[in-house]
Amino acid sequence: MTFTAPVLNYAILSPMLIVLAGALIGVLVEAFVGKALRPIVQLILTVATLLLALVQVFRIRGSESLSAAMGSVVFDGPGFLFQAAILIISIISVFLIADNENFTALAAAIPGSAEEQAAIQQGNKVTEVFPLTLFAVAGMMLFPVSSDLITLFVALEMLSLPLYLMAGLSRRRRLLSQEAALKYFLLGAFASAFFLFGAAYLYGYSGDVTFSGIRDSVVGGSGNDIFLLIGIAFISIGLLFKVGAVPFHAWTPDVYQGAPTAVTAFMAAATKVAAFGAMLRIYYTIFANAEWSWTPLLSGIAIITMLFGSFVAIAQRDVKRMLAYSSIAHAGFLLAGVIALNKAGLAASIFYLFAYGVATVGAFAVVTLVRDSAGEVTDLNRWTGLGKRSPWVASVFAFFLLAFAGIPLTSGFIGKFSIFSAAYESGAQGVVIAGVLSSAVAAFFYIRVIVLMFFTDSHEDATTVVIPSVLTRITVIFSFVITVALGVYPAPLIDFINKFATFIR
Amino acid sequence: MNISLTLLMALPLLGAAVLAALPKTNGVLAKQIALGSTILVALATISMAIGFERDNVNLQYVESHPWIPSFGINYAVGLDGISLVLILMTTLLAPIVVLAGWNESQNGRWSTKTFYILILVLEMMAIGVFAATDVFLFYVFFEAMLVPVYFLIGGYGTGERSAAAVKFLLYSLFGGLLMLASIIGLYVLSGAQGGHTFDTQALSQLQMSSTTQNLLFLGFFIAFAIKAPLWPFHTWLPDAADSATPGTSVLLLGVLDKVGTFGMIRYCLTLFPEATKTFTPIIITLSVISIIYGAFLAIGQKDIKRLIAFTSISHFGFITMGIFAMTSQGHSGATLYMFNHGFSTAALFLVAGWMISRRGSSTISDFGGLQRVTPVMAWAFFFAGMSSLALPGLSSFVSEFLVLVGTFTRYPVAAVIATFGIVLAALYILIPVQRALQGPTTAGNENLPDLTLRERVAIAPVVVIILFLGFYPSPLLKVINPAATHVISQMGFSDPAPTQLGGK
Repeated sequence: MTFTAPVLNYAILSPMLIVLAGALIGVLVEAFVGKALRPIVQLILTVATLLLALVQVFRIRGSESLSAAMGSVVFDGPGFLFQAAILIISIISVFLIADNENFTALAAAIPGSAEEQAAIQQGNKVTEVFPLTLFAVAGMMLFPVSSDLITLFVALEMLSLPLYLMAGLSRRRRLLSQEAALKYFLLGAFASAFFLFGAAYLYGYSGDVTFSGIRDSVVGGSGNDIFLLIGIAFISIGLLFKVGAVPFHAWTPDVYQGAPTAVTAFMAAATKVAAFGAMLRIYYTIFANAEWSWTPLLSGIAIITMLFGSFVAIAQRDVKRMLAYSSIAHAGFLLAGVIALNKAGLAASIFYLFAYGVATVGAFAVVTLVRDSAGEVTDLNRWTGLGKRSPWVASVFAFFLLAFAGIPLTSGFIGKFSIFSAAYESGAQGVVIAGVLSSAVAAFFYIRVIVLMFFTDSHEDATTVVIPSVLTRITVIFSFVITVALGVYPAPLIDFINKFATFIR
Repeated sequence: MNISLTLLMALPLLGAAVLAALPKTNGVLAKQIALGSTILVALATISMAIGFERDNVNLQYVESHPWIPSFGINYAVGLDGISLVLILMTTLLAPIVVLAGWNESQNGRWSTKTFYILILVLEMMAIGVFAATDVFLFYVFFEAMLVPVYFLIGGYGTGERSAAAVKFLLYSLFGGLLMLASIIGLYVLSGAQGGHTFDTQALSQLQMSSTTQNLLFLGFFIAFAIKAPLWPFHTWLPDAADSATPGTSVLLLGVLDKVGTFGMIRYCLTLFPEATKTFTPIIITLSVISIIYGAFLAIGQKDIKRLIAFTSISHFGFITMGIFAMTSQGHSGATLYMFNHGFSTAALFLVAGWMISRRGSSTISDFGGLQRVTPVMAWAFFFAGMSSLALPGLSSFVSEFLVLVGTFTRYPVAAVIATFGIVLAALYILIPVQRALQGPTTAGNENLPDLTLRERVAIAPVVVIILFLGFYPSPLLKVINPAATHVISQMGFSDPAPTQLGGK
């Protein structure tokens, strides 16, 4: 038996390697740097790592390779765009994570124990959240460029495991936070199992775990179609779980609500890019020729997801849960881009993912500002009259909500238009009509929040708004500026995406 | 002429930017700046109107720049006779509204300057929505306009203002989203037939099956019918008009709702001529129902603002009927009607607003004998009412007459029924006139002050315009007629020869 030394294309892998290296250094920093210095060192390290990775991604943007790591990693235009989007969103959210008083003082301590009290009194800070973030980012970057099922699974776990931990790090209402982490973990484990099950069937169908091998079998059509169908179905369940599509959405509201808001922001925005990135690659390359077998079902899921998310969001009284259901509805809109299965659909999905991700981070950043003495206030009834007390915060939040609702002159509108037109072009008129109708429903609950903030007189137990620190301000301002810019003059970004949005197979 | 449409839109925005930089406390300066900006915009529009070539049916003042090239979206604006008239109406009404509603922002949730920023932004978007020749650009203005109006109603209105604002916004958004689906349909069709575009002219050349055309037409039409508002899509209007300040109501009914009827001409008719023919009988029926229904409900109203809202529903019925009668008189009449309705509604709402703010009540029965107490205000209201019921010699008469004549040649039955709307108009105007102005002075009204100089100055131009166009409408008609005839002939209609009833 002979061993072949693996040939790695380090240039193409470098962005991911940089992030991983940064994460490892972060672990060392945890071990060796003094407590007082740790937060600032970690922040600088994390931001520097992400920036460096972003620069590196841009430097390799033109390159295309099917075999960057022995056929396990593929790099192409969309791969570049997904990685860049994940990095930009991560950079914006890292400032929010860094700012937070929201993380528990000692994650290992039992809630309410003397140990925890002591840690709080000592002014402990959980800085391990930074390396965890970097590990998750590395997993997210690998997810949409994986080109075999094993790597895809590894990437899936790599991005998920840190997120499970991070979801449980909340400083206040720790039990709720830990419950969220556990739910996320258990349901995530189920989804992973489904995913593996599907992977096994695809292997049985094609005798190969690489995307190109499976694709060849699909195109050749020689295999057992039952295996293919079961494989597609179970792989899809794993992916649909990650994006939070109905009926695999059940974890979303609880996790969004329980996790520290900064983590929710990062998770909601960046995970979506990664998961949809992988999904787009799989459906557009491997399964494209088996379109007949999955588009009807996926269209159904898209329609149900949009309508369910929009309708259930109406009933929410908690701003984080409302945003969670809104993210479910948005997952439905994004599925329309997957169904479109054309170049316009791919470009539109990428634009939408980026625009939505940025607005989401911004919206959650605003949520962290609304507090009372016991921490963040997410009960919408106590947001009444916010517009009177803090007009700027309320206006910015209202603007993000209008972007979610897809009002013109915000990035959300351009995203919605481009994704719906791509779906319409591919003949999925039903999905477009459902999308338009659920947008109308969704507008209702976004506007209700605006009404609460601006047109309702405040209660006596009014919540205060924390003066945003420099770090949170950076997050909010960046998100706001990008959302406005993409709404008013999106042409440069759209052209840029169009230039790169072609999968290589 | 070197005033471009872009400059015209930039002026109010500039005013808004200056206002934004002002300190919150200086309300008077904010009002002055707002008044100055709107007057400047009005003057600029007038000079553009003077430079407009009346007999040229092509678009004028055309500008086109790529906006989102990969979708074929352009920032493209231009004027024909119809859009010029509507922009003129908008920009003339704006300073009047600002001056007339000098103290309207007092009861608002926010500062005076925010009120005027919203008004100026709204004015800019209204100009944009009438000037756009790119469907996407039109849609952007169409939807974005809702936001300032929403805040104007919800932030500065009275009574159930936030509920009314939400109702208004949701109705409009729902219609807008249906229109978005149709716009996407057009976009995809254009992509399949020689390249993505949103140019109105190019889109009107598209080939489509009659089913597609009917569906896309409905997407546009329902959006416009909600906006206009046509029965049975009108239910948001009375609440909105009831809650908004008088000035906002003028902009809402006078300007914003015209976008609906304007859109019918510009988009429904020119993009979907075949579907228009299919749906015309239904739409004419809805218009007639609107005319009669609005009139009957107006007669039954006890609240003066709701009464005016219902009279508008009746008037919009006339406008829609004129548009879909497919005759050049009907079209000219409808366009002139839009202009005149803007001013007669302005007169009614503004004077009613003064009456309400003096009396502290909007119930008609609380007034009475105003003729003796406040003669100038009473005469102004009387005049506004006469204009609303289309008294000959006032501008509305000309347009209502043209609409009826234009409709009669093609749909005599509809025209005859609609004529009853005029009779009912006499009722719904004369009843409140009699109750509020004449008769014994109701207790509590004895010491109401008459119109101030500012209010007189504000209402004077409205009165002058209504009188002038009543006797001499041809300056406007000369601008409107070529455009109206052009639309009709493009659709393949020619005016039916007048026939004598019962004769040969």
